[in-house]
Amino acid sequence: MNFFEQLKKAVALYEEILEQPHRTELARELRDEEDLFMLICFSEMVGIPNPAFYYTLELYPFLVERYHQWHLRMGLKTSPLDGIRCC
Amino acid sequence: MNSIWLAIIGMFVFALGYRFYSRWIAEKIYRLDPNYVTPAHRFEDGVDFVPTNKLVLWGHHFTSVAGAAPIVGPAIAVYWGWLPAFLWVILGTIFAAGVHDFGTIVLSVRNKGQSVGTITSKIIGSRAKNMFLFIILILVLMVNAVFAWVISNLFIQFPSSVLPVFIQIPLAIWIGYAVYKRKAKMLVPSLVALAIMYMVAIIASNVPALQIDLVKAFGGAENTVLFGLDGIAMSFFIWIIILMVYCYIASTLPVWKLLQPRDFINSHQLVVGLVILYAGLVVLQPKVTAPMTNAAATDTSWLPLLFITIACGAISGFHGLVSSGTTSKQLNKETDARFVGYFGAVGEGTLALISIIACVTLFATKGDFMAAYSSFGAANGGGLGNFVNGAAQLATGIWIPEDVARTIVAVIVVSFAATTLDTSVRLMRYIISEIGEEYKIRSLSKVHVATSLAVCTSAALVLLPKGPNGFGSGGYLLWPLFGTSNQLLAGVSLLLISIWLKRQGRNFLPTFIPMVFIFAMTVWAMVQQVVFDWSGLGATDTNLLLFILGGIILILVIWIILEAINAFRRNDPPSVSQDM
Repeated sequence: MNFFEQLKKAVALYEEILEQPHRTELARELRDEEDLFMLICFSEMVGIPNPAFYYTLELYPFLVERYHQWHLRMGLKTSPLDGIRCC
Repeated sequence: MNSIWLAIIGMFVFALGYRFYSRWIAEKIYRLDPNYVTPAHRFEDGVDFVPTNKLVLWGHHFTSVAGAAPIVGPAIAVYWGWLPAFLWVILGTIFAAGVHDFGTIVLSVRNKGQSVGTITSKIIGSRAKNMFLFIILILVLMVNAVFAWVISNLFIQFPSSVLPVFIQIPLAIWIGYAVYKRKAKMLVPSLVALAIMYMVAIIASNVPALQIDLVKAFGGAENTVLFGLDGIAMSFFIWIIILMVYCYIASTLPVWKLLQPRDFINSHQLVVGLVILYAGLVVLQPKVTAPMTNAAATDTSWLPLLFITIACGAISGFHGLVSSGTTSKQLNKETDARFVGYFGAVGEGTLALISIIACVTLFATKGDFMAAYSSFGAANGGGLGNFVNGAAQLATGIWIPEDVARTIVAVIVVSFAATTLDTSVRLMRYIISEIGEEYKIRSLSKVHVATSLAVCTSAALVLLPKGPNGFGSGGYLLWPLFGTSNQLLAGVSLLLISIWLKRQGRNFLPTFIPMVFIFAMTVWAMVQQVVFDWSGLGATDTNLLLFILGGIILILVIWIILEAINAFRRNDPPSVSQDM
């Protein structure tokens, strides 16, 4: 191995040392994000109340009008869901 | 005597220690098994538990443990002459620090990668958990106070270092964003940041207008500024307040924004510093002008205080936290522990060694050395300044102008100390929150309450001791307390390793003897200082703050020793882990 190859190897090693704590931090952030996503998507499937559920109530006034038009288009005169009473 | 001999002998003994003693420890005492499935493989999660190349892990471990402390301690301890400090650094690294750092990695690896704190409560008992929490709390409090003082002192002594140090903050934030948000590589941006810092250092060394000299701004050291405070006291006060505000912000930000990018730059600084100093030493080969032993050092005896003054660089409990906190979770093979742990301690020993060499070669004559190190108080107050000047003199060996080198060395030491400071404030915040959870005081677990408490107590501690220059300048009085709490933690780790070895039916003397030595020196030093120096019973006046703090540490030491005797007498079956 010539000098330049050795130098390149040494620089790569040094860079890896430098990136070591950063890699952990990045992986942790990504894992936390992934955990939150999984919780929001699938928690109710396994019987855990969805923590995001309470906040979606705020969307109700914005969704109800579109929902009403959707069930009329589908040929349903009244809302098929008990929870949403648009008409 | 030519100082190169100190480096050659030191390196040679380190090499022998690594080659023979650490090998004997690895094979006969810790009995490392290359086939043991380490936590990095067993619990591999891609985040904390990741098998890592041993060279990379060593580099990471070394840069995490090496900081300002192995520089400050030896710079003070040469007060007793170069020989005691030299011997303690060499022998301490080989027989205490190496075994301790190496042992804590092995102990943690054999305990599912758990930290020393968790292992303490398992081996010694549930009482030990709170005891451990209090020891770490005291240690981080001392670190905050001492390093705030160290940085303020360097800013006052070397005003040209202020600007390059403050430039590092926006540069680090820029690297943080570039690397984290734009997924850039960090090597080039961090080298560019380092180059900018050193350019600013060179300019600031030559342009007095860029040197932020508060003492001068307040009309000199003699001038009374406000509330009866003179220029120096007022400068200390202002720097300490600025540093504490900075710590508050830095320790509440996400680590990737400031702390980690600053670590990238500091890793370069560690390499640059060591290369410059050792290269300068080889070229210049200065004479040792300090005495071998200082017969005039009669105000404070080297025994036992030497072993408290040099903590990091000879043995440090803080390393155990790093070894068992992160390193053990990333160890690829158990046999790598010897290289990572023991050789990591040797790395820190080389830093302590160059600190001794810089201080003992600085002065032209023995008389100049004796004048600078006229008393233990003078050594405490001026030791670090002497290191910076001595290191700058070594750097002239590789054709760096002395005033530029002085600024750069001061910047390196301040950067190390600042990283230690804000990491330690962050750690203190976590501990306060944990205590809040433990004792059901909910408000303490809130980030801003815990951080305010950490910052205010640290500021109070560093401002209260009255030094020769008044208010705030007495922070160095806390250095022995810092050393003591650090040694105390090391003693606890050595105790855990000894109990583990005893329960395995192995020879535990290699860790037991350093433990007894460390505890004996700590108790001796604390009794001497608490009873004779700070209580008012001796020749000096009462120093209530140090008396109370020292008293608390002394009680903790005695408590641990009693627990240790208790744990040693019990012949429990190995409670540590089933798979050892």
